[in-house]
Amino acid sequence: MNGDILLDAREVTVQFGGLTAVNAVDFQIPTGAIVALIGPNGAGKTTFFNVLTGLYTPTAGAVFFDGRSVVGLAPHRIAAMGMARTFQNIRLFGAMTAAENVMVAMHPHLKSGVTSTILRLPKQRREEKAARERATELLDYVGIGGTDEEFAKNLPYGDQRRLEVARALALRPKLLLLDEPTAGMNPQESAAFTSFVRRVRDDMQLTVLLIEHDMKVVMGVSEHITVLEYGAKIAEGSAADIRSNPRVIEAYLGKAATEGVG
Amino acid sequence: MTIIPQGARSTWNSLPPVARTAIPAVLLMALAIAGPQLASGPTGWLPITTLVFCAVYALFSMGLNIVVGYAGLLDLGYVAFFLFGAYVAAWLMSDFWYTRSIHILDAAHKVIDPTTHQPVSAQGIHLSFWIVMVVAALVAAIGGVIIGWPTLRLKSDYLALVTLGFGEILPEVFRNADFRTVSNPDALNLTNGTKGIGPLDPIGNGFLRHLTNGVIPKAVTPSDYRAKYYIILIFVVLFVYVSIKLRGGKLGRAWLAIREDELAASLMGVPLMRTKLWSYAIGAAAGGFAGTFYATTVGIVNVDTFIFSFSIIILCAVILGGMGNVWGAIVGGVVITWFNYTGLVWIGEKMNSALGTKVKLKDYEFGFFGMILVLMMLFRPQGLIPAARQKQVQELERQIEQQEVVPT
Repeated sequence: MNGDILLDAREVTVQFGGLTAVNAVDFQIPTGAIVALIGPNGAGKTTFFNVLTGLYTPTAGAVFFDGRSVVGLAPHRIAAMGMARTFQNIRLFGAMTAAENVMVAMHPHLKSGVTSTILRLPKQRREEKAARERATELLDYVGIGGTDEEFAKNLPYGDQRRLEVARALALRPKLLLLDEPTAGMNPQESAAFTSFVRRVRDDMQLTVLLIEHDMKVVMGVSEHITVLEYGAKIAEGSAADIRSNPRVIEAYLGKAATEGVG
Repeated sequence: MTIIPQGARSTWNSLPPVARTAIPAVLLMALAIAGPQLASGPTGWLPITTLVFCAVYALFSMGLNIVVGYAGLLDLGYVAFFLFGAYVAAWLMSDFWYTRSIHILDAAHKVIDPTTHQPVSAQGIHLSFWIVMVVAALVAAIGGVIIGWPTLRLKSDYLALVTLGFGEILPEVFRNADFRTVSNPDALNLTNGTKGIGPLDPIGNGFLRHLTNGVIPKAVTPSDYRAKYYIILIFVVLFVYVSIKLRGGKLGRAWLAIREDELAASLMGVPLMRTKLWSYAIGAAAGGFAGTFYATTVGIVNVDTFIFSFSIIILCAVILGGMGNVWGAIVGGVVITWFNYTGLVWIGEKMNSALGTKVKLKDYEFGFFGMILVLMMLFRPQGLIPAARQKQVQELERQIEQQEVVPT
């Protein structure tokens, strides 16, 4: 946490026809921080993720990642720059093994071409071996060691979530985007996940941005929270700030809650 | 799945993975090498010509397997690449350019006048088969990239429709690329229209003959199907190797990732366009190889061969065998080709003589292939030899074990 800004989104607006999904959102993530993006359903959180990762081009505004503009870049280029994500609805490569899933995300880092693959040149074999070892390590790291040869679709739900994280980490990201990572987890698992996110951040020296609905997780893990409602930023600050912010309480619980009725 | 006894199955699964791959490979290889010995006469169950076509189509369906099976791109116009390969062979291995006064001969085709012992005047382009093959594969691969560049931006069903269009358009282009008329006999002619181009040169063996001190004949005579078969077999084996190596490497993983979830693949750093184009190019190169073999085997290239149903038959082969599995593609290619060339007629004759009927089974060819597709989709969508076979067998065993535990 040296005070640098890793991700800088300025006045990002996304419109789908007449609908404004994200409305002039300013958003900064300091290097090394764990930041949460929260808001009621349909607030534009995932849309914002999709802008960052290059799936959507913003209607207006700019996004700088690591000092470079990423607006208009293809998703695979942004990924190669060091932005990795997981998905709200798990999106693994079902008919590939867990190790292969992880190795797919090493694509930008592997240099061997088609010819050296066919001829099995020593350099390619070394690279493949290292990649496979790294995949095994990562699977171990996220707590699903020994599942290397299992098909992703055959893994239990919780392990699939972990595999998504392992796959994202294989990109060697600077910024890890987690889209509702604790969806479907029980309270114990969520609590374990909170400490896991911290450990990942410290071990891998990366920055984390998460979308999360579980307030316990959000308050427990985030150093900085941004709240969206109807596509617009309504609040940002520390966990304590957000908890006592009347606009946030209103957004989540309705206007009456802030007026002290009942 | 109950045909194989439980004991045999568990013994099989206890073998080391190397053996589980090597044993079927060696058996298949032995069967392939013994092929010509098993072959029957021209009216029997397996004429040698059918065997040659089985090998050609096995190569072709392995190429389609890369596109459809690995990368998951439904290409309904794959025949286009076969057509490229065949026409490149026709252009470079026949007298076709004679009328244009374009003459290029390689050393093996220098015609020596027996009386004067001087080379007689050259006719058309006659390059060595081995050079033509490489050129054909390159042309097909470039064709694949040119077709792929605009179409691969489309998703699944739309891609299928556009490739279907290309598969229809290309043969028409080749059919009409003969602009000669009665009043203008010197107009541009690229394909001889519906008459086709032929005869093509046999496969030359100049350098092999040299290497083996003259044991191998100078050229494979048109009727020497055994030699043709073994030459094609070499390339089938080579392409099996290439398929397996690519599948296991970085590119193969990227192909499968795109097949499984295109969006997730791109967000994990896989460049979609380049990866898809690679699959088109390599699949097309295999198609080009197969087309060249086909052309030299048949000896004439006629545009009527390359119709839409050709693409479907090959797709049928890949689906029958098991998409995404090179062994499946081979088995599918061989089985479908056998039915197409010999099987239906042969079975029909046997049936007719046994039952006294007069059914021409060959007439129901497409009904038969359609039925195969429907039945496969209903009962075994993963194909005869599915890609994830081993895992599924284990999974099934686990389920059987669980079921056995419950009643006791």
